Amino acid sequence: MRTIDVKEITRNIREMCIEANHFLSDDMADAIKRAEETERAPLGEQILAQLRENLRIAGEDMIPICQDTGMTVVFLEVGQDVHFAGGSLEEAVNEGVRQGYSEGFLRKSVVGDPLLRKNTGDNTPAVIHYEITEGEQVRITVAPKGFGSENMSRIFMLKPADGMDGVKNAVLTAVKDAGPNACPPMVVGVGIGGTFEKCALLAKKALTRPVNVRSGIPYVREMEEELLEKINKLGIGPGGLGGTTTALAVNINTYPTHIAGLPVAVNICCHVNRHAARTL
Amino acid sequence: MTEDEAGHSRQKEDIGMEQYLHTPLTEEKARKLKAGDYVYITGTVYTARDAAHKRMQEALDAGEPLPIDMKDTVIYYMGPSPAREGRPIGSAGPTTASRMDKYAPRLLDLGLKGMIGKGRRSGEVLDAIVRNGAVYFAAVGGAGALLSKAITAAEVVAYEDLGTEAIYKLEVTDFPVIVVADAEGGNLYETAVKEYAEIQ
Ligand code: SF4
Repeated sequence: MRTIDVKEITRNIREMCIEANHFLSDDMADAIKRAEETERAPLGEQILAQLRENLRIAGEDMIPICQDTGMTVVFLEVGQDVHFAGGSLEEAVNEGVRQGYSEGFLRKSVVGDPLLRKNTGDNTPAVIHYEITEGEQVRITVAPKGFGSENMSRIFMLKPADGMDGVKNAVLTAVKDAGPNACPPMVVGVGIGGTFEKCALLAKKALTRPVNVRSGIPYVREMEEELLEKINKLGIGPGGLGGTTTALAVNINTYPTHIAGLPVAVNICCHVNRHAARTL
Repeated sequence: MTEDEAGHSRQKEDIGMEQYLHTPLTEEKARKLKAGDYVYITGTVYTARDAAHKRMQEALDAGEPLPIDMKDTVIYYMGPSPAREGRPIGSAGPTTASRMDKYAPRLLDLGLKGMIGKGRRSGEVLDAIVRNGAVYFAAVGGAGALLSKAITAAEVVAYEDLGTEAIYKLEVTDFPVIVVADAEGGNLYETAVKEYAEIQ
């Protein structure tokens, strides 16, 4: 049994909110750089160069990469031999968000009720996903999610007979509909299987996988590669202003499902695909 | 190159020209801008996003004056992140324009000449752009740190209680945008994507 003070959680989340909003992971920065070399549209190439420059300015001057610093999604993978002391874990996470968004000069973009729409003023509450794992470690992933791209995400409850082609069509449809609104080049997170809510969570989690890591399942890996190629032939391009770089990666996660169903979730993320992870 | 009566030059092809624009944006200036032009804006632009548009609509419905004069104005669909000390503004990139589609035609009919945002517009907005000789620009979404460098001053002029959604008066210098929809019905999102599409 290991005891962790929830103050540690607060401190880490505070730092990770600031980190994620000012620095992309190396795989994302590299993917943008590589796209600049292969993009065929002159305007598209110019936009990708601006995105690279934007990342440099964000890190050097500590200005958030994007003004939409997101709703804070937190994945907590908690070892079953961990005991949290010193207060409520959930409150500790939200306190970390509160401190991070205030100290980091991040935008507060959360309303306390979806219809009454009054801003909570501190970007809380976070959306927290807990997972119990083996051992006595805690893995924290902080993934602030912008809503320009979140709004273009979709769930399709396909029939088993729709099969592989149905899934591919669903992904391409979502990407086409998203177009310029989702700030391409995008990262496309896909969840296949499970239930209605499970596939959405799979898709969200797929966005936290590095863009240069492919699925370990051979047919899924092939599908990721084929879909990326097809998406980049849609012509949408950087900023949606035409070009050959519409997505940087398609990350697919799968899960067993029911004999009667084939749920597919497509969680679209922009090029500001933020996630910071730490293991305590 | 050809010259028009005001002495501004345009390339024959009329596509993808670099232009420098000073506000106010009159109809005459707006009509010279073509889908695909890369434009650097200098002068005053106002921010407004969902909540500010809703309030302006309510003011108009109640017969009250708007907090800013729409004539020859440019509105930037943007809600900044807070400014660090010594800076005029935080990160300041465009938000999705389609959420303002419901309100934009009415403002265009009142003299609004330019909108800066990202993403597609509705048919009603595109019609109102043509009808009024206006223009819709895209700024690069997700480049808020870079774009903030072109903003030299920012001041809240209305709806302060809305926080990031208040109306800010911005002074900009060579703020980089691309003309998406022009007064003649040109729409870069459609034409440029077709040019590079290999599958439908
Ligand atoms: S979609 Fe992404 S890049 Fe675009 S404004 Fe939102 S957070 Fe920023």
